[in-house]
Amino acid sequence: MSDRTDLLLALADDELILGWRNSEWTGIAPFLEEDVAFSSIAQNEIGHARALYELAAAELGTTADELAFDRRPEEYRSAPLVELRRLEWARTIARHWLYETADEIRLAALKASDDQEIAGLAAKIDREEAYHRMHAEMWIDRLLATDEGHTRLDEAIDELWPYALGVLDEELRPELKARAQERLGRALPDVEAKPRGVHEAELGELWEEMTSVRRSAPPGAQW
Amino acid sequence: MVFEVFRQERKGQPFQHAGSVTAPDGTFAEIYAREQYARRQESVALWLVPRDAVSEIDEFPDEFEMKYRRVDGYSIKARLHEARERAGTLDMAPGAANE
Repeated sequence: MSDRTDLLLALADDELILGWRNSEWTGIAPFLEEDVAFSSIAQNEIGHARALYELAAAELGTTADELAFDRRPEEYRSAPLVELRRLEWARTIARHWLYETADEIRLAALKASDDQEIAGLAAKIDREEAYHRMHAEMWIDRLLATDEGHTRLDEAIDELWPYALGVLDEELRPELKARAQERLGRALPDVEAKPRGVHEAELGELWEEMTSVRRSAPPGAQW
Repeated sequence: MVFEVFRQERKGQPFQHAGSVTAPDGTFAEIYAREQYARRQESVALWLVPRDAVSEIDEFPDEFEMKYRRVDGYSIKARLHEARERAGTLDMAPGAANE
């Protein structure tokens, strides 16, 4: 596997797993409008994953579906941040905002890539992510506006901060820290990042569910 | 807050009432309306109007059953043609150049 496919799979796995996690709110989000919006964002993330898997699949001589569903959980390249199962709204929003902020930094770097296919796809993805960021930012405004919201956001950010750093390569982490500190109006601690490659236990459970339909059919079944 | 949402299906077409969204403020309403009424490319534009800004009129008294105000059965086109003939303004009628 080349560095290029390794990078594409890391990006695709992040989007697929986060899309899956976010879709766990479908039907049970705090209110109807948010339910529709958050589910729609989840579907967008999975669309981005598909486009990224297709680029990797072309190079590896396989298909997007095989990459998404036929690897073992330990082979996924996703960041621990997206693997966490956090069925609590303040933490979900904190994770969503941290991920979107990190993703914006990562996409900006990819848009400047010499690889035209990667740069082009990053630009395309970023045009949709802009709306995800608007959604995340308005929730941050909302949480910061009340004492209870502020406290709950702070607690969630403290818990998730090492995970958020782990989404990015080391050289991009200072930018994430600077942006997050400015937006939240407080200092964030110097902590060790939760790096890619070490999986959260919750990923196994997600993988079981996500691949169950595909594993129930014989290999090569047509859908 | 409740916002009434109007959607335009294609450029140039009238905006039609699509439904409403409940949101804490205008920013949330824009995001929610976008996801509810345009995520499948079914709209080219949306209008959002706070429900408070909509004036409703729902009383139309008709004490004397003035049915003669209705135009059912009249050929408006023919009547207008006659009227224009009398007034000598046939050449000013819409589409006159084609006649």
